[in-house]
Amino acid sequence: MAFYSDKVLEHFKNPRNVGEITNADGIGEIGNPVCGDMMTFYVKIKDNKLEDVKFKTFGCGAAIAVSSMVSEMAKGKSVEDALKITNESVAAELGGLPPNKMHCSNLGADALHRAIEDYQNKHKEAK
Amino acid sequence: MKQVYLDANSSEIYFTSCGSESNNFAIKGAADAYKQKGKHIIVSSIEHFSVLYSAKRLEQSSGFEITYLPVDKYGLVSSGELEKAIRNDTILVSIQHANPEIGTIQNVEELSKIVHAKNILLHTDAVCTVGLEPIDVYKMGVDLLSLSSSQIYGPKGAAALYIKKGVRAIPQIDGGIQESGRRAGTENIPGIVGFGKACEIAKSEMEENNKKIVLLRNRLIAELPNKIEHIYLNGHNLKRLPGNVNFSVEFVEGEGMLLLLDDAGVNVTSGSACTSKALKLSHVLSAIKVDTAIAQGSVLMTFSKYNSPDDVDYILQEFPLIVKKLRDMSPLYAYFLKTGTRQAAGPGTDYDHHHDRDEHGK
Repeated sequence: MAFYSDKVLEHFKNPRNVGEITNADGIGEIGNPVCGDMMTFYVKIKDNKLEDVKFKTFGCGAAIAVSSMVSEMAKGKSVEDALKITNESVAAELGGLPPNKMHCSNLGADALHRAIEDYQNKHKEAK
Repeated sequence: MKQVYLDANSSEIYFTSCGSESNNFAIKGAADAYKQKGKHIIVSSIEHFSVLYSAKRLEQSSGFEITYLPVDKYGLVSSGELEKAIRNDTILVSIQHANPEIGTIQNVEELSKIVHAKNILLHTDAVCTVGLEPIDVYKMGVDLLSLSSSQIYGPKGAAALYIKKGVRAIPQIDGGIQESGRRAGTENIPGIVGFGKACEIAKSEMEENNKKIVLLRNRLIAELPNKIEHIYLNGHNLKRLPGNVNFSVEFVEGEGMLLLLDDAGVNVTSGSACTSKALKLSHVLSAIKVDTAIAQGSVLMTFSKYNSPDDVDYILQEFPLIVKKLRDMSPLYAYFLKTGTRQAAGPGTDYDHHHDRDEHGK
């Protein structure tokens, strides 16, 4: 078992923004149940701002903590700023992740970006 | 401890430092001693890594051929499969007495008859059965048997390999006359004395402890599925280590359960990829063909003589809450509730996402 920072454990035990958004503006999914990690992010975007961010995650302690942290970092940000969130900045914000978890569990920013891209694609079509 | 536990003759017991060393000594030592006779070894696919990697080492560096014997869905080696795998140049078969992860106990006595009919040696890794199952090396018909002190509340740093009189095994540590010249190095006397005492206690308590432990195990296995839907027992119902409970819990990943159970004061382990340093799924669960996604939710709980019926009550109360908390977070469970089907590999599946480290996590 991996040794996690207090911040990772805190987010794992009390994850923020768990759930789904009905009529989400964008949905992004990453991972694979076979690998043991899968994240789905939902975003509600209004006036170019991430008004709401929710997620559901199947995965280890790190994967859940990462999802929670990403949702917290992204909420209220502009689309451009949210796209600047990287997996590395999420890990740093969590006080670091064990080396072997850096790759597989640290996909939250990617899932968020996919949700935003989904919104942008839909938005293009609407235009 | 020499005669205390194994019913073996004391001159047939060689002390080592750990169960892994005993397994290395048995496999490599016997292979080295009998390589003129043949270079084929059979091991079950659910052996401990110290057996599997010893075999792999022989394959890579000494030109041996290894057959990894499949097991059935309960983890049992079939005598028919074993018989088919035996070749003219087979010199050694290694089948564990019981599996530490799923608890399945092999019928070593029956397998030994097949092996010995072909004049082949049989090694059994009994590290996880010592103190839990009676071990009579003569009745079992084994030529080599590994056991370890730490598994029976003895001190760490002491273990042993039983080598039947007349069976050869080349030393793997050279340089001294200790252990009749078969294992050089100053003996860990305090460890060995503690090991002997632990064997004595284990033998005297075993029957009574087992009666109690089996009841705890059976109750948890019977009642947990009533409290948590979509969980599956791994291993065999009856041919099972007394305290072993291993379930796969669908839609959640093992490490999350492990952390939350730990928080509740229950120490368990998991065969999920995420809980292993190497990020690889348990080779045992793969061998018994548990669906890969479901195997990520495996939880192993083992009862000992120190557990009580209250502990079972506590698990039955706490564990369903933990599973619920994690399932409420799980996109796989949400998908299942909506559609009634499993999300095997949906849109966004990352097929390029590989874990290419080896089992040692290097």
